[in-house]
Amino acid sequence: MRRTLFNNMLFLLGVIVSAALLLPAKAAAHLVTTGMGPVYDGIGHLLLTPEDLVPAIAMALYAGLRGRAPGRQALFYFPLAWLLGGFIGLGAEIMPSFPLTAISFLLVGILIAADLRLPAHVFAGLAAAVGIMHGFLNGIALKTGPGGLGLLGIMAALFVIVAIISACIVSLKPPWTRIVVRVAGSWVAAMGLLMIGWFFRGQG
Amino acid sequence: MKKKSAHMHFIFWLLLFALFFAWPASVLAHVEQGQAIGFITGLEHPWSGLDHVLAMIAVGLWGAQLGNPALWILPVTFPMVMSLGAMMGLLGIPLPGIEIGIAVSAILLGGMVLGEVRPKLYIAAMLVGFFAIFHGHAHGTELPAGQSGLLYSMGFVIATGVLHGIGILMGTIHRWPAGKLALRGAGAFIAAMGFVFLWQAVA
Repeated sequence: MRRTLFNNMLFLLGVIVSAALLLPAKAAAHLVTTGMGPVYDGIGHLLLTPEDLVPAIAMALYAGLRGRAPGRQALFYFPLAWLLGGFIGLGAEIMPSFPLTAISFLLVGILIAADLRLPAHVFAGLAAAVGIMHGFLNGIALKTGPGGLGLLGIMAALFVIVAIISACIVSLKPPWTRIVVRVAGSWVAAMGLLMIGWFFRGQG
Repeated sequence: MKKKSAHMHFIFWLLLFALFFAWPASVLAHVEQGQAIGFITGLEHPWSGLDHVLAMIAVGLWGAQLGNPALWILPVTFPMVMSLGAMMGLLGIPLPGIEIGIAVSAILLGGMVLGEVRPKLYIAAMLVGFFAIFHGHAHGTELPAGQSGLLYSMGFVIATGVLHGIGILMGTIHRWPAGKLALRGAGAFIAAMGFVFLWQAVA
């Protein structure tokens, strides 16, 4: 009886703390300084940059939709490609003006919405290409901040994100849950199209 | 015993989740004016116009009436084509009679729900997609100055999807005879409101 009351109180405390911590707080979208070093700055950068976070989640969703083997492939190819692209970006001088990230929104979003089955090598190539492109842009952005250690933090965070999300999607059994994922993919694709539009409008 | 353990696990994950949300407060670097507001603006925008709200809900209701696979194909089609319409607007490609198109979308989609019309799937998707262009062109481009285009788009697309979801949830009453009737009534209401919007657009 006493234990039940304690559990209920703990549960209530959890809900209250969650609600309190959900109160709005300002968060910077790039070159985040966590005060905990460059690795955490890199993690903070990824988590607070929707241009990178959404495609990373989308890639994990697609890997999960494709099943266990592609999920495992993405778990390693995607973060490693991101890191490789990041190191290339650290040495680059020019930031492309076109929002390249819109392409990954569009491409991965359409693949999820269509639930398209790509051959294993094409899927691996896609994960690598998306990873390298985002990593490259991150490398340029992080050059003046956390640098290579920040990229390592991003890679670690990506590993966790892909592992958790793709595993959750692989484990989905009822058909409607896969449909929900496909609907989410259509939203990602729609965001990609709009990003391209905003670029041409000059308000991206 | 097993149940208690599951409860403790839930509490553990809940607290971990709460801890995660504590993160943003500690990662302030510099103030980026209007970034998050862009998301909120996008999220609020579809709810600000009754014409848009009713048409989105009608898509969900109609999908629920038609059942699988229209149930999810229509809500997938709409945001994707809507963003194409918004892109047209952003590129400066004019679209004549936007307000009339939006009003007609409410009339026709409401009419489909009222009549429980069951066309072939591709026809239903084309109809929904056609009107999505008008909604996207009219609403997807209204970003206030200084706000993030991406975050506005995210908010806008998510809010539109949520409206479809509300329509689908409401449409689940279709399984009961009284619910079927209520749904058709909702369709009649949306169509009638469409005529009001049309009157306002033409007058």
